[in-house]
Order: sequence, then structure tokens, then C-alpha cells
Amino acid sequence: MTSGLTHLQRLEAESIHILRETVAESDRPVMLYSIGKDSAVMLHLARKAFHPSTPPFPLLHVDTTWKFQAMYEMREKMAADSGMELLVHQNPECVRLGINPFDHGSAVHTDMWKTQGLKQALDHYGFDAAFGGARRDEEKSRAKERIFSIRSPQHRWDPKQQRPELWRTYNVRRNQGESMRVFPLSNWTELDVWQYIYREQIPIVPLYLAAPRPVVERDGVLIMVDDHRMPLHGQTPELRSVRFRTLGCYPLTGAVESTATSLTGVIQEMLLATTSEREGRVIDFDGAGSMEKKKQEGYF
Amino acid sequence: MAMAQEPLMATDIEAYLRAHEHKRLLRFITCGSVDDGKSTLIGRLLYESHLVFDDHLAALEEDSRQVGTQGGDLDFALLVDGLAAEREQGITIDVAYRFFATEKKKFIVADTPGHEQYTRNMVTGASTADAAVILIDARKGVLTQTRRHSFLVSLLGIEHVVVAVNKLDLVGYSQQVFDAIEAEYRAFAGEIGLSDITCIPLSALRGINVIEASPDTPWYHGPTLLAHLEAIDVEDRPGRTPFRMPVQWVNRPDLDFRGFSGLIVGGSVRPGDSVRALPSGRTSTVSRLSTFDGDLDMAVAGQSVTVVLDDEIDVSRGDVLCSDDQPAEIADQFEAHLVWMDDHEMLPGRPYLIKLGTSLVGATFSQPKYKVNVNTMEHLAARTLELNEIGVCTVSTDRMVPFDPYVSNRDTGGFVIIDRMTNATVGAGMLHFSLRRSQNVHWQALEVDLAARNTMMGHGSGVVWFTGISGAGKSTIANRTEQLLHAHGVHTYLLDGDNVRHGLNRDLGFTELDRIENIRRVAEVARLMADAGLVVLVSFISPFRAERRLARELAGEGRFCEVHVDTSLEDAETRDRKGLYRKARRGELANFTGIDSPYEAPAAPELHIETNACTPEQAAEELLLQLRRMGMVS
Ligand SMILES: Nc1nc2c(ncn2[C@@H]2O[C@H](COP(=O)(O)OP(=O)(O)O)[C@@H](O)[C@H]2O)c(=O)[nH]1
Repeated sequence: MTSGLTHLQRLEAESIHILRETVAESDRPVMLYSIGKDSAVMLHLARKAFHPSTPPFPLLHVDTTWKFQAMYEMREKMAADSGMELLVHQNPECVRLGINPFDHGSAVHTDMWKTQGLKQALDHYGFDAAFGGARRDEEKSRAKERIFSIRSPQHRWDPKQQRPELWRTYNVRRNQGESMRVFPLSNWTELDVWQYIYREQIPIVPLYLAAPRPVVERDGVLIMVDDHRMPLHGQTPELRSVRFRTLGCYPLTGAVESTATSLTGVIQEMLLATTSEREGRVIDFDGAGSMEKKKQEGYF
Repeated sequence: MAMAQEPLMATDIEAYLRAHEHKRLLRFITCGSVDDGKSTLIGRLLYESHLVFDDHLAALEEDSRQVGTQGGDLDFALLVDGLAAEREQGITIDVAYRFFATEKKKFIVADTPGHEQYTRNMVTGASTADAAVILIDARKGVLTQTRRHSFLVSLLGIEHVVVAVNKLDLVGYSQQVFDAIEAEYRAFAGEIGLSDITCIPLSALRGINVIEASPDTPWYHGPTLLAHLEAIDVEDRPGRTPFRMPVQWVNRPDLDFRGFSGLIVGGSVRPGDSVRALPSGRTSTVSRLSTFDGDLDMAVAGQSVTVVLDDEIDVSRGDVLCSDDQPAEIADQFEAHLVWMDDHEMLPGRPYLIKLGTSLVGATFSQPKYKVNVNTMEHLAARTLELNEIGVCTVSTDRMVPFDPYVSNRDTGGFVIIDRMTNATVGAGMLHFSLRRSQNVHWQALEVDLAARNTMMGHGSGVVWFTGISGAGKSTIANRTEQLLHAHGVHTYLLDGDNVRHGLNRDLGFTELDRIENIRRVAEVARLMADAGLVVLVSFISPFRAERRLARELAGEGRFCEVHVDTSLEDAETRDRKGLYRKARRGELANFTGIDSPYEAPAAPELHIETNACTPEQAAEELLLQLRRMGMVS
């Protein structure tokens, strides 16, 4: 008599189960909220998991001061809507040194603001479990990543110490000082995420939809001039109809030309797309295997 | 690219999304030995379902040219490999998960690398799979490995088995070869209890019968691999399993709402249903099924919900809400299959933790009744289980837990085993039946004596008496031992000379009489605590044999472990962390042991530790062994 559950219903239930297990077995959980579409879905799932309670943990945004303006607006809106506490951490050393992608390069910028910033924030607040929105389908090396990933007190990921995960029975125990990164969206694909956003009408940053935006071309990549801090080197920004497949620091995030101004239009373009999602990201040009390295250093 | 052509996505995206919203999910595992063609098969499924983007394809073409085995043709295996490379980097990979979708279904494939860790990996991958694809190389037929894979598939309770007879191109697409393999496989599979078996002749490399039926096998009339996977129905048919929901979290935003959140792992539930909370056995009626999207009229296995009950019965995390007609059983002793996954062997009698559903309980395992040779399925005698070994043991838990036999419900019958010290997952188990049913337990008014208390604690009790001169390292070793015991699930208490002096013995000075009274009180308190079921650690200089004899007599022979923490006076005096020796030498402390008062070393202590010769950790380990020998801890 039941018509059975759809794949999205199953994924949703599994993610909610993971969120609840973590909360039930940790002292100080936190959700890493990066404002992108995966974070939007993760936050939505958290609200479902604990309804009618407010999710019993804060949101943490490890800020670089270089995100798109539209992202900051969305961040404030979502924190207000969900009623959750929003913690924003900016690495004070980066603030002092004025670390930016133009003068210091993307590698230093990302390492200092994000990797170091994240560790600082986790240590500062003493979080013992942090939710992240990473998915296994993002790249080959993620395919074997666990849902619950143990980190040493120094936040290092020791590939030899990862635990087998059987059934839906997760071993969430930790030793003193160890913490856990938890990925509730592990089994979602990019299409699942979009489809869910569509079905649930989850608010996303408008940058995902095409609109005329001022861009300049750098090394064949379209970069949006989001504020006056961007050195133009004599280039004049052009208004082009673009959207973003992933969101990060605006100087490091490539736009794609598109006329998809609706969510369904974006999904359609994505389905017909012939290049992988992460290509739009300047940060990944560092070379294969860099993700693995970042992970070991404590980057998500 | 058959599946890639979905004109709907280009012409009517809304219709496409509606159609895809109703897709089902199938999780399957692929099993095969090295070179059977697993990677090639998975790579092809990904490729054909349009999951390979141009940039990846460009990389694939490049790789195929450089390292491919197909003379420049696309080598699909390269799409999913990488496991080998990671292994070289020393990364333990148990399972890699891949995703693809067709118009009808979304698939999650668990791909396990072969080789040494095979059992552990395959068991992990199989634990979440609804179906298994077992690859057989048509040239080799049913091999030892095939038997092993099939045994594990059946052990983990996977119902749907697909036997992919691969590399059929290399045997001239021969029906005879295929039929012979099928017959042999079916005969053997029946023996191990597999029943839903589909055999498909395949060439992963050439794409034969993977997605489209092939003219090369005109004699085959069954479904292609993909068509079959799409058709497998894994829905939990209502009524097949009774309602089960392990409680994860008590949801209590305010005084007006109290709900129990969890994932339904069996059956279905509606408002008005009568439910029973286990292990307490209390019953109540479901008043609401609360979700973010509004209350539900019914919820089924696979859904995460929050159940509100009519009355305020006491329910907490770890309890299982069950249908009142068909509740789960409760027991504290079971027969189970264990799969050992850790480098350190299983130690019968050692306390571990097990997580069953959402409850975490202490457990010990008996010596295996037998272990299973996974290749021949033979039962062998065993004293323990080592990495990748499977055996049948008795599991005793430290409290009553609700469960179902694994064959009727994986979620309420499967458990993971956790090491108390490292918190690592060291194994997994599948419960078969209880050995001591709670229904049979009569609450006789039995006398609560030491034996009863020890049984409840799960270990013996007694007094461990550390003696030695000031600064010898008694407290350090006592502390370390207590941590170790605690991690083993032993209930302990540490009495330290200094601490006792500040409270209980505050009124005592250092005269000879007071010293004896001091010892007497400490020994008496230690005995009471040991009687209550604790392992009591006493760290006291206690220089005189007579006083230690007093303590020993109070505790009772066999329940007193004297530990001599032995350091030379020179060493203790050089360390002198508390500055006491200097004071004593200056004459500011009278009767100081070793300076102006003798230390009478024990003649025959249960344990003699020379602190120069070992670390506190080693000493603690050694002491643990001694306590085991004395039966104080198991
Ligand atoms: N002729 C033929 N070769 C195959 C077939 N499937 C796989 N192979 C080859 O067998 C070898 C091992 O395949 P691979 O997929 O790497 O095996 P795995 O170790 O099980 O992942 C490779 O050289 C493949 O090209 C098939 O159906 N026919």
C-alpha cells in the first residue's frame, strides 16, 4: 500500500539520521556553513532533523573577507530564518597582514584564511564535531571518504586511522582531544542537491542564476568584479550574462556564461553540461592530488 | 551512449525533474577477484550514464594511451581505479562509493578493493547493499574466491545476487560455458542459503549485455545487467517486518512538546498505533508523527521522524520503539557471528563496547565456538579471532538490550564492536538468537551478596595496595593503572595517602599510634569499597610490614594485591619533586621514611616493580596481567 520511498526521501532520511547521531553523541557540535548550495541543503536538513527544536548547534562561517557580497547577505538571512547562532571567524593574522589572493596568491590565501582559520575557530570554541557539506561524487579521491572522519588534536586526518562504517551504525566515539568531521551529504550527487533545492524550494544565493554581471577575463577565466578591491590592470569590466557553479572567494571563482535565469534552467544546463563542476574553481588548478594534501593538512 | 540521450531534459526540464523525483534507490556491491573486470564494469556504467564529463574523458583518453591495456581504446577501468595508488600511499581504503543514475533509479555502488583486507572491506561494503554483483571470469569459472564472496554476501543478508559471467568474448560467447558456470554456481549457492540469483552473460569491456542486449548472445533471453538492477525491488513491503525505531534523540524544545526522534528501520507506524518501548516494556499510543513538513498520517521504514506519544512514558536514547503486537526481544546473552577487523586479535572475556542501533553497551565475547574458513565454509576450532576472521561466539552484554535476529532486521540485529581504549571500530557482529531470554528471568528475591554485585559489575573486586618510599612513583603508576582499568570497563576507586589525610584522617598526626590508626582506617575503607564491588587502588608509603599485613587480612587472602614500587633512595632523593627529602635532611621532618625511619620492603609482594626498568605504562600493563591472574578483572 505504500508506494515506497524515492531516492531523495531516502537520502534525506539518511542525512537526518547522521545529523542526529552526531548531536546525540557529541558535546559541542557545529555546522560549517559556507553559504553555497551544499551548505544550504545541509542547513535545511538540520532544520528538519531537529524540528520543532532549533538545531542545537551554531553555524560557523570561516570568512576570508573576500566572498561575494550576495553571499554575506544570504548568510545573515539564513541565520535569522533558522534562529541559529551564527559565528563568524576571520583569521586575525590574515586581517593584520591583509592576506588577499592578488598579492599572496590563491594557495597562501586559501591556506591562511581557510585552513588555518578553520583550525583556529575549532580550537577557540572547542568544537568536537563539525558538519561539512562535502559529497563523495565531487572527485575520485572523495569516493572512499568516510561519513565520520576522525581528526587528531592537531586536526590532522590520518588515513590509516579511519574506521570502517557498517550499516547505519556509526561509531562516533572519540579520544580526548580528537574531533570529528561529519559529512551528512556524502551520498548525494550534484544532481540530487539541485533536485532537492528545487523540490524543497530552498533559498540559494542568486549568483547561481544567470544575470548580467561585471566581469573581466583572467587567464581565460571570467572573474566578477564584486567590489573596488579588485585590481583591474587597465581592464574594463564588461557586463555579461553569467552564473556560478560553485561559490567561494570572488577573485578565485570563475563564472560561466549562461542565460539560465531560473533554477530549472540551471539544472537543465547542468544536466547537459559536458565539463565537471569543479572546473569553475580557480583554486583547483593547483594540480591533481592537491585535495588529498589539503585534507591531510586539515582543510575540509 | 544509450542513457545519455534523455531528450526530456533538453525539451521539458520540469517534466524531467518530476520524473526523476520519483526515482528509487538501489545500493549494490560488486565482488570479484583482481582482474575479473570489476573496474571495467563500473567504469562502463558511469560512462554510459553520462557521468563522465569531457574534462574527465580527455584525461581518460590520455591515460588510456599512456597506461591503458586496450591498445589506445578507452580503458574504462581507469575511471575508477586509483584504489591501488592510494594503497601505495598507505591509505586504508575499505570501500569506494560511486554513483550513477538512469531514468528509473539512482545507484550507489560499493566497490571494494580485493587483496588481503578483502573480508573486512567486503563486509563493510555489503552491510549497506541491497544487491550484490558477483563477477566470474568466464575462462576460470566458479573459483574459491567466488565461494568466499558468496558466503559473505549470504552472511551479511544480501538477498539479491547477480552473477555476472564476464569476459564472455574470450570464450567465443559460448552458451555451453555460460550454462556450465550457471549450473555449478546455483548448486553451490543453494547450500549457503542464497536463493534469488540471476546469471547474466557479459563482456564488460565490449559492453555486451551490460546495458543493451547483444546479438552476440542470441541464446540469452534474460535481462541485461542494468535492466535487471533497475527491476530489483528492495522496498520493505509493509507487514513484512514489524515496526521498529531506535530512539536517537529526545526532542524537547519546550514544556509542551516531547518527541522521540529516530529513523524507522522496520515496518510502519500511524497515529493511534500502540507501541512498546524496549527494554523498559512500557506501552503507549502514538499521538503524532511530527516532521518539519507537517504531521504525517503514516511513516515507513527508511523515514526519519519524530514520534509523539500519548502519555509521558520514560523513553531515552538507545531505547527501541516497537509495535506492541510484535515487539523485539530483549536479552543480555546472544549467539552471534563476529567479523574481526582489527590488527589486535579479539580477546575472549575482555570488555568491549558494542553499538547496536542507537544503544551503546559493554560486552564481552566468549572463546569462539568455531571460526569459519571463508573459502571452504568449514568450521574450525579457534581460541580467538584475528584480523579478517569470522567466527561464532557468545556475546554477553552488561545490560538488557532489545534486538531482532539479524536475518529479520539488519538494523536491530547488526552491531559494531568498539575498543574501549582506542575507540576504534574493531569488528562487527550479527545476532542470531538470545541464549537467555528475558521472558525466562524470574526476579527471585536472591540475596545481594558479593557474588551478585560482582556479576552485575562484570568483574571481581579487591584491594590493590601500592607501597614504596616517598617519590618512588606509586601515585603515577596507580593513576595509570586506574585509567587502564577504567578503559577496560572496570569500576575503580583510588585512595591516595595525601588525600585521605585531608579528610577522613584529618584528626590524626604522625605519632606511631596515629600512623597505625591511619592505616587501619584506610584499610577498612578499602575493604568496604571492595565489598561493594570496586577494585580499590591504595597508594600509601606504608613502610611497615605489620601494617600491610593488617590491610591484607582485612581484605582477605586472594583479594589483596600488594605492589612494591621500588626505587633506590638515591633516585627518589634526586627526583624529590615535593622537596620532602631536602626538608627531612634539614631535620624539618621527623620520622621520614628512608631518612630517619626505616622502610621494610615486602618479602613476597604480588608484584615487584622496579621503576628504573620500565615506564609507568608498562608497569600498569603488567599489573593488569597480575589482576587478571588473580581473577579480580576478567
Ligand atoms: N576481453 C575482455 N577483457 C576484459 C573484460 N572485462 C575486463 N577485461 C580486462 O580485464 C583486465 C582487468 O580488468 P579490471 O576492470 O581492471 O579488473 P578489476 O581488477 O576486477 O577491477 C583489464 O585488462 C580489462 O580490460 C571483458 O569483458 N572482456
